[in-house]
Amino acid sequence: MIVPIDGRLARNGLPAAGNARTLVIACGALAHEITALKRLNGWSHLDLACLPAIWHNHPERIVPGVEEAVRHHRTAYDTVLVAYGDCGTGGKLAQTCATLGVEMIAAPHCYAFYEGADRFAAHPEEIAAFYLTDFLARQFDAFVWRPLGLDRCPELVQSYFGNYEKLVYLAQTRDRALNARARDCATRLGLTYERRLTGYGDLPAFLAPRD
Amino acid sequence: MAEEDDDLILADLSDDELVPQMGDDLYDGLKDEVAEGVNILLERGWTPYRILTEALVSGMTVVGNDFRDGILFVPEVLQAANAMKAGMAILKPLLAETGAPRMGKMVIGTVKGDIHDIGKNLVAMMMEGAGFDVIDLGINTDVDEYLGALEKEQPDILGMSALLTTTMPYMKIVIDTMAEKGIRDDYIVLVGGAPLNEEFGRAIGADAYCRDAAVAVETAKAFVARKHNRMTAG
Ligand code: B12
Repeated sequence: MIVPIDGRLARNGLPAAGNARTLVIACGALAHEITALKRLNGWSHLDLACLPAIWHNHPERIVPGVEEAVRHHRTAYDTVLVAYGDCGTGGKLAQTCATLGVEMIAAPHCYAFYEGADRFAAHPEEIAAFYLTDFLARQFDAFVWRPLGLDRCPELVQSYFGNYEKLVYLAQTRDRALNARARDCATRLGLTYERRLTGYGDLPAFLAPRD
Repeated sequence: MAEEDDDLILADLSDDELVPQMGDDLYDGLKDEVAEGVNILLERGWTPYRILTEALVSGMTVVGNDFRDGILFVPEVLQAANAMKAGMAILKPLLAETGAPRMGKMVIGTVKGDIHDIGKNLVAMMMEGAGFDVIDLGINTDVDEYLGALEKEQPDILGMSALLTTTMPYMKIVIDTMAEKGIRDDYIVLVGGAPLNEEFGRAIGADAYCRDAAVAVETAKAFVARKHNRMTAG
């Protein structure tokens, strides 16, 4: 199923609704999944605010963006959670969250926490793999192909992916259409294809009510 | 005008017009045009070193600055780098023959676990452009490969690149191993990559963290000059 919300979230984020005890401030790349988890689990304790997923390509924007969002929202909630990995901030996001007294997911990036951070860390030999998630499989053109200029210059594929061997689709859901899309992405990048059903990994435990 | 640009004959331009035009072509990632410009300047009797510094390195410096300032993103940088590479390929064999100044030698590689190499390649190219001999160990480089290359090549500088938070700490393993073997101070160690910062560079015992390729070149020159001064003084 393709949900149109993703494209908008990429650039603009999503404001908080403001009627629960806990607010999760998340990367826009997780909006669809967190919304699904909320619905599946009937989590009425949880509100969601998203920051633009495209910051993924400009990690220097993540720390100031998250900090501002936490300061803006914190008085209205009992608890604020930050659903981000380190995402290339070099440890700065964890430091900032600790200073602000809010919890974030302990993982380098979403590929790791979807697979389970421990399990991900246990295959360091899988180095020539490029990962997709449900979000990236849906948004491959907007988040990978176009930002890397591959729409304009397809020959750059070699410069980017010449050292890669396989594309691994870490699937959050069983979805045949997404599987087909991810397989097509692998073909476009000239990589072999593997699908690994991970589910939501460490994410549900992080978001579940903790009393 | 696009139409005029298409008709532009590089060979008809004077040197004063051709060099800025090559800068524009480099910026736009037009590798055939850049290579053509290099050949024209060679025919006009320019030394390879002068072409390298005045036409290619200066153009690439503009690209680097615009990337730093967020005006360009990765694909534009990559295309410009590929255009510069085309020009360098012509000049490289000629540089040694024509006695271009040599600044020193660098061994560089992306650390173990990491296969990001665009930034590392750019640094390697700009260092070559500044007159350094560069030995590029590629990606996913482990401590044995770094140490082996240091022993074999006896460079002035070791450069390490990392783009992943999970691979940055590996730089410390390399530096600590160098210290254990008593060779740490024989080399200038420069580190870089987007998630790093100065504080991290200091904490792991590198000589310097460099924000970008231009800073890398300046830092390398300053350290090498200092090293030579120390050697002549001692
Ligand atoms: C392009 C890119 C890719 C390309 C890499 C192509 C290639 N051949 O290198 C592709 C798409 C293949 C890719 C793959 C992955 N990537 Co990537 N990638 C990027 C991106 C967008 C830009 C990096 C880049 O090339 N910049 C352009 C160059 C010119 O800049 P630079 O590298 O910073 O280098 C400059 C300076 O840092 C300095 N410098 C660099 N090295 C050195 C060395 C020395 C000695 C010196 C002195 C200076 C110096 O000088 C350079 C020139 O000015 C960054 C985000 C970002 N904006 O940084 C993410 C990013 C680094 N990637 C990331 C991730 C997670 C991955 C993947 C795991 C994603 C996946 N889906 O599988 C894989 C990694 C696989 C692996 N094992 O390495 C994360 C890292 C998160 C983290 N926790 O660390 C980032 C931060 C994106 C994000 N926010 O999530 N990536």
